[in-house]
Amino acid sequence: MAVVADRAGDAGVRWAQARGRRRNRLRRFPLLPALVFTIVVTQIPFLLTIYYSLQSYNLYHPDTRHFSGLQNYAVIFKDAIFRAALINTLLLTVIPVLLSMLIGLLLALLLDRKVFGRGLLRTLIVSPFLVMPAAAALVWKFTLLDTQFGLLNYVLSPFGVHHTDWINNYPKETIITVLTWQWTPFMVLILLAGLQSQPGDVLEAAKVDGAGAWQIFRSMTLPHLRQYMELGIVLGSIYVVQAFDAIFMITSGGPGQQTTNVPYYLYEAAFRGFDIGRASAMGVVVVAATIIIATFALRTISGLFSEQGMEGRM
Amino acid sequence: MSAPTLTRPVRPEGTGGSASRRRRMRRNINSGLLSLLTWLVVLLFFFPVVWMALTGLKQESQAATTPPHFLFGPTLTQYQSAISKAGSYLAHSLTITLVSTVLVLALALPAAYALSIAPVRKWRDVLFFFISTKMLPIAGAIIPIYVIARDLHLLDTLIVLIIFYTSMNLPIAVWMLRSFLLEIPMGILEASHVDGASFRRQLRSVIMPLIAPGIAATALICFIFAWNEFFLAVNLTTQNAATVPVYLVSFQTGEGQFWAHLCAGATLACLPVLIAGWAAQDKLVRGLTMGAVK
Repeated sequence: MAVVADRAGDAGVRWAQARGRRRNRLRRFPLLPALVFTIVVTQIPFLLTIYYSLQSYNLYHPDTRHFSGLQNYAVIFKDAIFRAALINTLLLTVIPVLLSMLIGLLLALLLDRKVFGRGLLRTLIVSPFLVMPAAAALVWKFTLLDTQFGLLNYVLSPFGVHHTDWINNYPKETIITVLTWQWTPFMVLILLAGLQSQPGDVLEAAKVDGAGAWQIFRSMTLPHLRQYMELGIVLGSIYVVQAFDAIFMITSGGPGQQTTNVPYYLYEAAFRGFDIGRASAMGVVVVAATIIIATFALRTISGLFSEQGMEGRM
Repeated sequence: MSAPTLTRPVRPEGTGGSASRRRRMRRNINSGLLSLLTWLVVLLFFFPVVWMALTGLKQESQAATTPPHFLFGPTLTQYQSAISKAGSYLAHSLTITLVSTVLVLALALPAAYALSIAPVRKWRDVLFFFISTKMLPIAGAIIPIYVIARDLHLLDTLIVLIIFYTSMNLPIAVWMLRSFLLEIPMGILEASHVDGASFRRQLRSVIMPLIAPGIAATALICFIFAWNEFFLAVNLTTQNAATVPVYLVSFQTGEGQFWAHLCAGATLACLPVLIAGWAAQDKLVRGLTMGAVK
């Protein structure tokens, strides 16, 4: 009896295990196409970048291709332009992201009030972010900042500004302005969503208790907005660190190397100099730097993410 | 006896009222000033977009002048010639963005399902793997991509951009669709299961109708990113598959002299995404933050 029962139990367990495995395989099936595609298309190139970075490899002289160890890394870290490009990347990321966060906060607070035409205002403010960055760069470069006919010089002419060559005299400031203009709407959208998720009754209660506007902002709104600001800053940094369109179109990295960031320098090495090995080494450095930001990003996102429940879905 | 009543200061009628009226008035003025400031800042940000569209409506002789022409008789000449010149670029962009968006949805929908409604065991790891690929800069991969595409004779073809735009948008779509799927109340799914609905029927008559708006929003976000993409387009295409951003590169130097033509072309390049973005406005933030912020 007992033996039979045991055997039946065994079979039951085995059957349940088999069913569990089958269920898991079934569940995994819809995931596989997307997962396999992503692994193949995104991971293989990164591995190859590392592989190429260890070679002396120029597309002009493919026959001289050979393994050269860490020589490319030694070359780029001795390269003064590359070091300048690293610093430029830092400046051209941190300043636009912080500026757009600051202006974005101001605008989000203004737009969160009852203001005439709020719907229209929100439609207008997202536009700089939607506009194709390459197109926006051209409009800034020519119609707004041109030395002779640019609108900025015209608007500032009553203040004694004439024929200022903004792009060549203030190249970094130009790129920073265009990037800030482009990314402020992104911050506004995130912060507005944050402001609107504030519990209204708590704010009302604070007002009834006699808290001033500044007090409410300092001790309630700002802490509530904190994780939204973090998210805006990390996501913004991930995109802005790769800024290429505006630099390519407006300054071509110049004058000199004043606006050459690492992605632009890598582009020049690869597609002007065809130096695959050296450009790949730069690519590896960019990726390593981004992983540092991305670690923060993932932590922030998973913080927001843990609030969306997955209860009862296992 | 009656002193207290007499010495108590008699408040003249209406003083309190006028003080509060004055306070209310000051608050109204402040609020009006803030509204004015809001409008000014927003219009300042919007101005380059307006200026671009307006300059596209000018004659070439009115475009680059001092003082600038603010009032002029508009003409569609520049837009017409931009459409004819940019025609093939627009066609390439349209094909690439539409095909890649359809591919993204086809891959992302089942994946999102397997990460939300019927989750695989390590759904959290998979989810973060997807998002981490979005964070690696494309510059780090462009060289092997270029070399492989060259060896497979895929340079300057529509296929190469379709593949990479699909992989670029796939993580966003998975995250976004998943956040919409999670909003379907479990009760509804269980009820339809108890009622004996087959999986296919459940999918067709319960899940799909509920996340249709989510699918539309995801498609628009993918469209926006693919349409505006510059780096891969510039490096992987030259002519046969060149997209609209590549068309704009020609204005960077020589043709940049013709501002009216340049602005007409630039406006044309931006228009599809502006319309898509305005249409998806309330879902935009969700797409940009991969569904983390609603």
